[in-house]
Amino acid sequence: MLTFFKSAEAPAPQPATGFFTDTTLCIGCKACEVACKQWNQLPADGFDWAATSYDNTHCLSGSTWRHVAFVEQMPAANLNGGHSTSGAGSPGDLASNGSGDYTAGAPYQGVTHLTDASASGAAGQVARWLMMSDVCKHCEQAPCEEACPTGAILYNEFHNVYVQQDICNGCGYCVSACPFGVLSRTESDGRAHKCTLCYDRQRDGLTPACAKACPTASIQFGPVDELRQRARRRVGELQGRGEQRAYLYGDQAAGEYSALNAFFLLTERPEAYNLPAAPRRPRASLGANYLFGALTGLALLAFSAWSAGKGNSGNQEAA
Amino acid sequence: MPGLGVTFGRGAATSFQQDLANSDCVLIMGSNMAEAHPVGFRFPMKAREKGGTLIHVDPHFSRTSAMCNLYVPIRAGTDIAFLGGVIRYVIENERWFKEYVLHYTNAATLVGAKFRDTEEDNFRGLFDGYKESSHHYEAGTKAWHYQGEPGSNRTNTPASIGAESWSERLANMDNPTPPSDPTLQHPRCVFQILKKHYSRYTPEKVAEICGCSPDAVIQVAETLCQNSGPERTSAIVYAVGWTQHTIGVQIIRAAGILQGLLGNMGRPGGGIMAMRGHASIQGSTDIPTLYNLLPGYIPQPATVRRHETLKDYLEQEKVENGVWAKFPTYMISLLKAWYGEAATKQNGFGFNWLPKIDDNYSQLPYVHKMAQGEVTGYFILGQNPAGGNPNARLARKALRELDWLVMMDWFETETASYWYKDPDGIDPKKVKTEIFFFPAAIVAEKEGSFTNTQRLVQWHDKALDPPDDCRSDSWFVYQLGVRLKALYAGSRAARDQGLLNLTWDYGRDGAATLPDGSNSRIEGEPDVSKVLREINGYHVDSREQLTGYDELKADGSTACGCWIYSGVFPSKDFNHARSRERTAGNYVDPKWAWAWPKNIRMLYNRASADPEGKPWSERKKYVWWDEEKGAWTGSDTPDFPTSKKPSYRPTSHSHGMEAIAGDAPFILKPDGRIWLFAPAGVKDGPLPAHYEPFESPVGNLLYRQQSDPAVKEYPSKLNRLSRPADPHFPIVATTYRLTEHYLSGPMSRFNSWLNELQPEMFAELSPELAAEKGIANGDWITVWNERTAIDVRALVTPRIRPLFVEGRQLHQICVPFHWGYAGERVGAIANDLTSLLTDPNVSMHEAKAFVCNIRKGKHSKRRVIAPLPFQPWRNQSEIPDTPPAAQPEGHALRPDDAPKLESRPESNARTGAPAHRRP
Repeated sequence: MLTFFKSAEAPAPQPATGFFTDTTLCIGCKACEVACKQWNQLPADGFDWAATSYDNTHCLSGSTWRHVAFVEQMPAANLNGGHSTSGAGSPGDLASNGSGDYTAGAPYQGVTHLTDASASGAAGQVARWLMMSDVCKHCEQAPCEEACPTGAILYNEFHNVYVQQDICNGCGYCVSACPFGVLSRTESDGRAHKCTLCYDRQRDGLTPACAKACPTASIQFGPVDELRQRARRRVGELQGRGEQRAYLYGDQAAGEYSALNAFFLLTERPEAYNLPAAPRRPRASLGANYLFGALTGLALLAFSAWSAGKGNSGNQEAA
Repeated sequence: MPGLGVTFGRGAATSFQQDLANSDCVLIMGSNMAEAHPVGFRFPMKAREKGGTLIHVDPHFSRTSAMCNLYVPIRAGTDIAFLGGVIRYVIENERWFKEYVLHYTNAATLVGAKFRDTEEDNFRGLFDGYKESSHHYEAGTKAWHYQGEPGSNRTNTPASIGAESWSERLANMDNPTPPSDPTLQHPRCVFQILKKHYSRYTPEKVAEICGCSPDAVIQVAETLCQNSGPERTSAIVYAVGWTQHTIGVQIIRAAGILQGLLGNMGRPGGGIMAMRGHASIQGSTDIPTLYNLLPGYIPQPATVRRHETLKDYLEQEKVENGVWAKFPTYMISLLKAWYGEAATKQNGFGFNWLPKIDDNYSQLPYVHKMAQGEVTGYFILGQNPAGGNPNARLARKALRELDWLVMMDWFETETASYWYKDPDGIDPKKVKTEIFFFPAAIVAEKEGSFTNTQRLVQWHDKALDPPDDCRSDSWFVYQLGVRLKALYAGSRAARDQGLLNLTWDYGRDGAATLPDGSNSRIEGEPDVSKVLREINGYHVDSREQLTGYDELKADGSTACGCWIYSGVFPSKDFNHARSRERTAGNYVDPKWAWAWPKNIRMLYNRASADPEGKPWSERKKYVWWDEEKGAWTGSDTPDFPTSKKPSYRPTSHSHGMEAIAGDAPFILKPDGRIWLFAPAGVKDGPLPAHYEPFESPVGNLLYRQQSDPAVKEYPSKLNRLSRPADPHFPIVATTYRLTEHYLSGPMSRFNSWLNELQPEMFAELSPELAAEKGIANGDWITVWNERTAIDVRALVTPRIRPLFVEGRQLHQICVPFHWGYAGERVGAIANDLTSLLTDPNVSMHEAKAFVCNIRKGKHSKRRVIAPLPFQPWRNQSEIPDTPPAAQPEGHALRPDDAPKLESRPESNARTGAPAHRRP
């Protein structure tokens, strides 16, 4: 009888694995989205043409575990008969992409848009169409794992955050705990689903489906330590070539938040990609919240005791 | 692809995609490579990461543009003007690669005295020999030939036929060393003619035509110049954005001239990549589904030329010099492969059993004939004319005129359902066509070969049996042949002898097995490796496989199904196309599959060495002359006679390959050189000139001739065309592709995973045009022109910009062409707007540049296209023999209303291969 409850032996821990998503190499083909859905047999989310650039799957969800964001940063059109006033700003929130002569061999910083430039010889302005394949961040200290009351969310032997479907009771605490909006409950079974980092493939020594399908190596998979080194080299390389905006998002802990095992190389501030600049980890303020709660409780108790005592004495006075 | 064929010798991409990583600059024009060829696009990305420059010149700012360093928006269809501007910059600023141009192009060759350029007669825009009454250049009167050549060919194909003879196409030359002026000063040398021809293509004029800035022309030209020469190379990438014009061949010719002047051909990181629009489209021109060619680009016999006997045919089509001089060996070996023992010397190896052409039977003229009720029946395998043809409405009308139609496809596509789903509201009772629909196997369910964009023949094995009645195309064609041969057995009629004598021995010797060792369920599947063995060719007596086309004989002792493929199956048990061996330290990977011809990955690679045979530079070393060995050597198979010394010179009496000099790398041309000026082979002029698209809101700013003078129109009620500068249709439209869908959608719109990524038909337009018309992002709009009106959603984006043409603002809209009325997601058909007209060279339409107008709101008159109850493609199925806990997670997320699937052993849930495909 006892053997029935005895848990199986845990698999031996392996080096932590994760993703390094280099957005400077993403061509927005969405092969990662399709490869993910195909391998994991996830249903389509519906057919909702959104008129938002080429993004029609909108966000990560219980049935969309990879999502490619499209951010258009185009210089403002110029309607002065082909003669521009130089330095026109862009309608995007990051307008000052600069302008100037394109020189051969210069680093890639976006495309120089050679349209209706001024007759005085100034070259076009830099336009960018940023594309980023978003995914579960597999946080080193994941709020979803911390919030899960049933133990359904755990770290597997690859230190990936994994939701055990047979244990999840669909309470939804993880949904509100995740600062990236990764988790959501699906209508069909009410449970929370998210990227498993292709746990089944990893156990068979295979690369996760999205990284395998990526044609330009924008999504790279491997041991996190190695990925971080590679990513830092890459940032150095890009900055050395003049792309000063390149930085890593989530490669190390910052503020109250841990490092991410699926981290990103970005060339724009996080909000442009719909990522929080400073993600919150609910557990970090838990002690203070408990203390505040306890103190409030005590204060209320004291107040009610006081007011009860006062009432009693009043009654006595009346009586 | 005569554009490349005429300029360099072979109608195929001159290099391989992996080599784009070595480019110092890649000019992408007429191609949306990042979206249409995302996997191949990794190589330009590698070039960019190495510091190379990517340039995109295109009407539509696509994902490709976003990845490039430079983007120039131009008006659709003005590519020749832009390229002409770049050519002029290269010439005027003396930036051409002098030694390369002098030796490897025909720049120094003198043209006959009677030649007249477009500039004459007050910029008339026509070359000499134009016949106004019949809208074509007449072979007998035009004088585009080299000096001293007779100028008239043995044959004279009427203008109504799209198919030229070889001697017409290759300018059969009597003298392989035509008179030339190495100082390039003679007014009739090609270089001076070229210089004069493009002298008016100034940056300002080009900018006025294209709608870009003059600065853009200079920047692009300067970037190309800086990245060309002995130490550096630039490549050009194009696709159907260039071919689908009435001037498509000439645009590609202009690119060829530019690459010739810059010395980028046959060199690593250089060349012209023709990105093919379809799996194995290259293969289907090599071993063609075309009416005017036999396998290996051999001209189809024609009644309009003197082709009564094999002897006449070979005499008429003769080419004296270069690789084509051995043409009789290719032709007779082909006849031996097709007719086997029945092909004897006495009966001309069965030459008269071949059908001969008497008219233009190219696809588009054929559709026109069909719409007139002149065609009875039609086989369609893997094509979707009801949604994918230019003027798809006309194509549907044409299909309705058929008595019978045989369709083979994966799904019930637009073409299979046109009789009851046409958005024009056609009454099914009035459609007389009887339609036979055959379900087809998908690629994993059959074996065979693909010839991809870089001429690479790659074999693929069969993974599993197709479900139910689905069968491979080769099964269908093989079985059709078997049945037809049985039906006509014993016939004495002369017209049946070709069919009866055709070798058809592709049956299997034993049972076919699947990878898991079990026997295949499918009966009657042919052994396609036997087909490839025959294509490769063999010695008739010993049945030993040939190792290359040099072994071919004209006496009937060899058989070969396609001479350029000879070597793909060099011994009975070695299928080179199936090989997947990597070669360490050599990015050319010569043992990975096989490329025609002779496994050469980069064509004309003799040009990677200088005239003396030494590499132009260490950085761009590829193939060179090894004096010690007395042979050409390098990282690829040399595309040159292996032991021909660089110093070899022919005499004016040399014949065949003897006529090709040791410093003439373009061995298919009779003079061995790049044809900057094409003395033959192009029907609308020896040099590209800017002509407006047939439908254009502006006049021609360079010539009096408005559009291509030899274009052919097909007037009908359903195919009305706008005249130039029609005030009703001031907006230029162009069609394009998205990554998420494939062609007109017959493969992708039945797949929910792709449909959710791009669920609806839309048109992209600029915020300025939207403001002018009162359209908001996401609104329904009507797009209409002379042909029809369609309803689409508006995607308003600053990626699309108004242009300034002729000093005024001009709007362009871009429409993807992936939607139709069949499938899980439906939408308006962009091709209902495009027109049917054909260019003079390859009978190509002009879907990439036409005119239209737009307004807010839906067009009410047309029937609302609503999909019929549709059973979605079941791309989620259980993995057999696997407990529920180990099924993929998404298995639990299937919508409850999804039909329950029975477990099918032959379906593979991991690959998403469907259990059923028919609705």
